[in-house]
Amino acid sequence: MGAYLLRRLIAAALILLGVSFITFVLLYVLPADPVRQIAGRSATPATVESIRQQLGLDQPFLVQYGRYLAGLAQGDLGRSYLQKTDVATLIAARLPASLMLMAGGILCELALGLSMGVIAALSRGRFTDQALMMASFVTVSAPQFVVSLLLLYVFAVRLEWFPIGGYGTLAHLALPALTLGILGSGWYARMMRSSMIDVLRADFIRTARAKGLSRARVVLRHALPNAALPVIAMIGIDIGVFMGGIVVVESVFGWPGIGQLAWQAIQRVDIPIIMGVTLVSACAIVAGNLLADVIAPFIDPRITLR
Amino acid sequence: MKRLLATTALALTLAAPAMAQDYVPDPAAKPGGTITVTYKDDVATLDPAIGYDWQNWSMIKSLFDGLMDYAPGTTDLRPGLAESYEISGDGMTFTFHLRPGVTFHNGRAMTAEDVKYSLDRVTDPATQSPGAGFFASIDGFDAAMSGAATGLSGVAVLDPATVRITLSRPDATFLHVMALNFASVVPREAVEAAAGDFGKAPVGTGAFRLAEWTLGQRVVFEKNPAYWREGLPYLDGVVFEVGQEPIVALLRLQKGEVDVPGDGIPPAKFTEVMADPAQAARVVQGGQLHTGYITLNVTIPPFDDVRVRKAVNMAINKARITQIINGRAVPATQPLPPSMPGYTEGYAGYPFDMAAAKALLAEAGLGDGFETDLYVMNTDPNPRIAQAIQQDLAGVGIRANIRSLAQANVIEAGGAGTAPMIWSGGMAWIADFPDPSNFYGPILGCAGAVEGGWNWSKFCDEGLDAKATEADSLADPAKAAERLALWSEVYVGVMEQAPWAPVFNEERYTMKSERMGGADALYVDPVSIPINYDYVYVK
Repeated sequence: MGAYLLRRLIAAALILLGVSFITFVLLYVLPADPVRQIAGRSATPATVESIRQQLGLDQPFLVQYGRYLAGLAQGDLGRSYLQKTDVATLIAARLPASLMLMAGGILCELALGLSMGVIAALSRGRFTDQALMMASFVTVSAPQFVVSLLLLYVFAVRLEWFPIGGYGTLAHLALPALTLGILGSGWYARMMRSSMIDVLRADFIRTARAKGLSRARVVLRHALPNAALPVIAMIGIDIGVFMGGIVVVESVFGWPGIGQLAWQAIQRVDIPIIMGVTLVSACAIVAGNLLADVIAPFIDPRITLR
Repeated sequence: MKRLLATTALALTLAAPAMAQDYVPDPAAKPGGTITVTYKDDVATLDPAIGYDWQNWSMIKSLFDGLMDYAPGTTDLRPGLAESYEISGDGMTFTFHLRPGVTFHNGRAMTAEDVKYSLDRVTDPATQSPGAGFFASIDGFDAAMSGAATGLSGVAVLDPATVRITLSRPDATFLHVMALNFASVVPREAVEAAAGDFGKAPVGTGAFRLAEWTLGQRVVFEKNPAYWREGLPYLDGVVFEVGQEPIVALLRLQKGEVDVPGDGIPPAKFTEVMADPAQAARVVQGGQLHTGYITLNVTIPPFDDVRVRKAVNMAINKARITQIINGRAVPATQPLPPSMPGYTEGYAGYPFDMAAAKALLAEAGLGDGFETDLYVMNTDPNPRIAQAIQQDLAGVGIRANIRSLAQANVIEAGGAGTAPMIWSGGMAWIADFPDPSNFYGPILGCAGAVEGGWNWSKFCDEGLDAKATEADSLADPAKAAERLALWSEVYVGVMEQAPWAPVFNEERYTMKSERMGGADALYVDPVSIPINYDYVYVK
């Protein structure tokens, strides 16, 4: 277990290094000059050059990348070009909101997706199954903007059950989390349905039935935990999406997550912020996957970590 | 809906060297109340040397003061932290006498040393100020910017209440420059204490001071009880909530949770809002110092032929394009917007005339038309406007391929001179200060026609440049009318060579809540967008 963890951690570090390199290259070749954004439209060529020099952007690519890594090794993500604030501060300020929405969103996704999947599997081939699978298809293809505005309009503006956007309480969290739950539930429903159908065919389920256990007990105690296992692994990927990839839901609900920060930085070619957010979401994906792998043996003893 | 007659009012006041008439206090104004303003984007910075977007511009104006200022709701200069000033006969030396008893938000008295420090700071290359170039006429600017000298030799402290600024060349716009946010007076100790991020811990002399800044959520201003302008501000505070979609801000305004949606009325909802008399009554319309134009790169054939450029001007149906943006603009005939002094009244420009455009193209040997690229920023409504331009051009045989890119990429292509045509929407020129010179130098003059410059037409006419320099040398306020006439000639001269096809001048529509009080002009203030926070009040 110890050796396994060490190996995985080294691999994770290499993956992050790769991500940082690729992002840095992409931003380097980008046909947009951050210095011009900083210098503004009234700047003289001399001012532009002076800023380029101060930021080290006149250096060759490898020197720039080396400096970035050296900073990173000391935990320094750099300073925003336009805001002049430490990137770490900007990300840290938005981290709690992103984590909260992540937790809420995943909870809703799982609750909706798993129940849809189980019900569909149990009524396989019948109308309910087809209706649910159709619904899951609709949710995965529904645009974020439409779903979030619809929920906001119905539940906050018309019914006034929830505040119209904002951040702070559980009431504020409900609608954005539900939006993400609805949007993501389709994937989970489909995974859960096929996984459940496989498990329901397995010998141990037949044994359980033969013992005379109730249908509910067989499904909930025996089939569900086994069927849910591969589905849980999907959460690892979701974590990365929630850390920086849900711009639209965040801006409709005025949720101060990392996605908004990333989106604004992209618009303004604020490279240190783009780099920082990319690395943080890559970290989250790697950590999420590692976590899913590490807890797998505890759920299913047949799995061993080597 | 109330429409302001800004154009005529401005023309009258600015023809004469505007100064004297200051704001008449609103008898109905009463102190108290906190308002909520929303924005989609984060507030990037509140450092007056750095902030350069229309969101933080008005916020910074309320936190800081400069030596000069504008009467609220107008483009009329008035003294700010300088109580009075003298200009030497040759227009090269300005002596400012500071107002006594002004204190910073930290309680310390403001002195002439602070004025010098602030101007030195904004022109220090280490500050990386996007506004440093505005101070180029101050003596010692080049040495300061190149790092050869520390501070501006042209700024001298005569005594704690007097500053003398010497110019290296006559500059008729200098008082406007001293009213820019970049010229705001800041206290050295607060800048140094903020260790490089003064923009998040601003300390000024303005009507409000920063009370709270929760990153990504809100910025809160509170009234500066020691503000030097008697009785101001009226509001106890302003809460800026960021990260709000304009459409959600509108819903919240309708519910009474928001007082001013800072990003305006979303295009998709505009017709609906204006069709409802109750809502339309709370919308204030005004002019804006803005022009939307198509640049025609004079170095790329066939746009090197003036006949082709004129043909493009005549092929564009401007009235139809303004309809695409719900009529929130007026068709343009020249580079300057109508509310800008120096605007040439009665100049017709190039009227929409497809037959004449085709004739010009035929004369240029392009009777069969040609193919070219039209660059455009990829956010709504710009791609739709580009499509309308594309259709209009197709009508005269010009096949324009639309290249819809992110803002930074369009700016890059424009600066590099590789884009034959650019629709300026989303990056368009909005004046830094209300003076005709501001629409020339960087975007039409030779100085901007360099690699990376903002003159995307790469148009450079030395005769016009000389005339522009001559106009800006007329620093004597008594010669203001003569100066504006020269500027009018410059822009008419530009139009004769047609490096641009001016399309429209945007109008502003500010929506406010029922309880907001104050003259309409405060809600379409030409220098404080969206509103002038210092003078509005809650009814």
